[in-house]
Amino acid sequence: MAEPAIKNSEQIDKIVDEGIDTGIARLTPEKIEQVINKVLKTETGARLKTYVETCVHCGLCSEACHYYLSHDNDPKFSPAGKVKQTIWEILKKKGKVDPEFIRRISRIASTECNLCRRCAMYCPFGIDVAYLITIVRRICHMLGVTPLYQQDTAHSHSANLNQMWVKEDEYIDTLQWQEEEAQDEIPYLRIPVEKEGAEIFYSVIAPELKFRAQLIYQAAVILNVAGVDFTMPATPGWDNSDLCMFTGDNEMMGRLKKAHFETAMRLKVKRIVMGECGHAFRSVYDVGNRWLAWKMPPIPVIHAVEFYYELIKEGKIKIAKKYEGAVTFQDPCNISRGRGLHEMARYVVNATCEEFIEMHPNREHNYCCCAGGGVINAGPPYKMKRIKGNRIKAEQLFAAKARGAKVVIAPCHNCHGGIEDIIHHYGLDMELYFLGDIIYKIMEKPV
Amino acid sequence: MHDIYNFVSGPLVWVSFIIFFGGILYRLISMAVLAKKKDVIVYEYMSLQYGLRSILHWIIPFGTVKWQKNPIFTIVTFTFHICLIFIPIFLFAHIILWKESWDISWWYISDIAADVLTIVVIASCIFFLVRRIVLPDVKYLTSISDYVILGIVAAPFITGFWTYHQWPGFRIMGIIHILSGEIMLAAIPFTRLSHMIFFPFTRGYMGSEFGAVRHAKDW
Ligand code: HEM
Ligand code: HEM
Ligand code: SF4
Ligand code: SF4
Ligand code: SF4
Repeated sequence: MAEPAIKNSEQIDKIVDEGIDTGIARLTPEKIEQVINKVLKTETGARLKTYVETCVHCGLCSEACHYYLSHDNDPKFSPAGKVKQTIWEILKKKGKVDPEFIRRISRIASTECNLCRRCAMYCPFGIDVAYLITIVRRICHMLGVTPLYQQDTAHSHSANLNQMWVKEDEYIDTLQWQEEEAQDEIPYLRIPVEKEGAEIFYSVIAPELKFRAQLIYQAAVILNVAGVDFTMPATPGWDNSDLCMFTGDNEMMGRLKKAHFETAMRLKVKRIVMGECGHAFRSVYDVGNRWLAWKMPPIPVIHAVEFYYELIKEGKIKIAKKYEGAVTFQDPCNISRGRGLHEMARYVVNATCEEFIEMHPNREHNYCCCAGGGVINAGPPYKMKRIKGNRIKAEQLFAAKARGAKVVIAPCHNCHGGIEDIIHHYGLDMELYFLGDIIYKIMEKPV
Repeated sequence: MHDIYNFVSGPLVWVSFIIFFGGILYRLISMAVLAKKKDVIVYEYMSLQYGLRSILHWIIPFGTVKWQKNPIFTIVTFTFHICLIFIPIFLFAHIILWKESWDISWWYISDIAADVLTIVVIASCIFFLVRRIVLPDVKYLTSISDYVILGIVAAPFITGFWTYHQWPGFRIMGIIHILSGEIMLAAIPFTRLSHMIFFPFTRGYMGSEFGAVRHAKDW
């Protein structure tokens, strides 16, 4: 018979999160009702209605979700199960819900769904659960209830137009520092800043500056050796990442994308090439541009994987000696399901590595890393939840390892973070690289 | 009783058909208007080619990874849905009625075939019911309305079968049969059975987004 949405309170998450807790403390039932109905009335329409009324409660989407699989098929983690606990309940009660309910749905929306869209490929109707969960996040955002760490990142975006409180001089210094370092290896190497009319605007995410500066070094080597005419801006707008897209702060998302596109326009480049980041690609190529009413981005946006593919295919980068040791490849959702780059990625992997071992499932059907959709940005309080929520990824990697794979290549920053934790926690003992790491290692460099 | 029969098999048939077709039209138009107002994105990104590509994969048995992964379910749901639409249209007993009132008729299946297919549909409904009770994830999503809807769909098949075999009380059962068929038709536009109407649009939209924008498959 009819099952209650939440069986009992013990299942409610006990994690302390200041962002959510303080937000909840400020809420009243009247405010909640008013905000929910405003969002539903002004921002939703036929899609929400059709998705909710068409869902036949069949559960076919359950096995699509890594959370569901990793929690021993716990119904609360199935895609439709999460919609039931959030959207269905909101609609049934017409927004008359209490603050505790908001706490719960904020947790579900921000830390139990990666918006990876895998379930849309398992629901016969193609019901977009990620879209429905996004509505929940939007409501929580409008109510001021967002996990602390996520909100901090969003604040950084609004204060600095980048994800990690990077100051303008800090950014330029880092580029210069990496340029100098790389010049020890390749004396003619440059990272041209503010070069108007360059072919390519190379854009990165703030974490590359903060703690993965070697990626900028490597990219500079690849771009210089390939003889690519590129530039990086000296102004805000250089960061392509976008956590506001995931907190439901659409207005800020729009500002970020506008700054990014306008920077490209100002520099009069022909295209934007971005580093190995999945969510940033989604925000520039698929989501943020729409908020600005660009059906497709106003300027071609190329993800690193596609760019490497071009460079290798056109012979601009030559391979000195293929990478030895068997590798497997993590298809990031945002560039496989999000842009169909999986075959190009395989071309690059096969061109650069001796032995490639597929993990299963793969390509569009790959499991999400469980870090994406802003979940890793919800921070330390949810780290174990995130790792436990993707046991299935550990099993998938372990199976690839059993067939010989020693290295995981993941061309996405979030995937990297997520998989690193998974490898560590489950004792998988595999190495983890970006595609750029591999290419840098094995390419022909001028001596 | 004859009066009731005449009423149920006369005016009420009209009513149910009008609700069925009118309802479908109403749902489609009102949703299209709402989408135009609030979700223009759907119009912008809907692509005939990629939408149809996705729909085609999903309406072919085993045409998608999902269908391949659950072979038993796939066989059941496809036979169920095909029979569901096929039987009432090509049933001799129904065609007789069309012939009597409109003097039109078409090809029909043998009564034996009808019997067998009807049993298949009833069995499928039992399968769905059991599944709903037994599988924890489906149970979690289930509300009373899901059982009611399943009942609405199963009823015309059970009662039609009963009437045809002239089991006890078949005269009353005949009336109930016609009523239940009418209820089912009328329920389609206004319950979750409206998935029949919206399937091409939800699937087509996802297929368009995946195909035209994301250059990926969604099956
Ligand atoms: C809407 C008005 C309907 C009318 C007036 C009607 C009428 C009839 C009649 C007169 C029979 C024959 C009973 C006998 O042989 O004595 C029959 C049988 C049957 N009808 Fe209907 N029906 C209607 C709707 C439906 C619908 C919507 C369905 C299914 C979706 C359906 C499924 C069946 C089945 C399965 C049988 C029995 C077939 C067999 O076992 O051989 N009917 N119907
Ligand atoms: C012609 C277009 C239709 C399509 C493409 C379609 C598709 C589907 C799909 C994909 C499912 C989910 C899988 C399943 O549970 O079997 C489903 C379920 C269902 N459909 Fe349809 N359907 C259509 C028409 C109908 C009609 C006309 C009816 C009945 C009036 C119907 C009754 C049902 C029922 C009762 C279920 C739920 C079974 C359960 O309880 O799990 N469908 N349909
Ligand atoms: S995490 Fe992915 S598969 Fe799971 S519900 Fe969210 S979008 Fe669907
Ligand atoms: S979202 Fe799709 S697959 Fe999941 S229960 Fe609803 S109709 Fe079934
Ligand atoms: S981080 Fe990687 S796997 Fe996870 S959602 Fe993003 S792209 Fe997908």
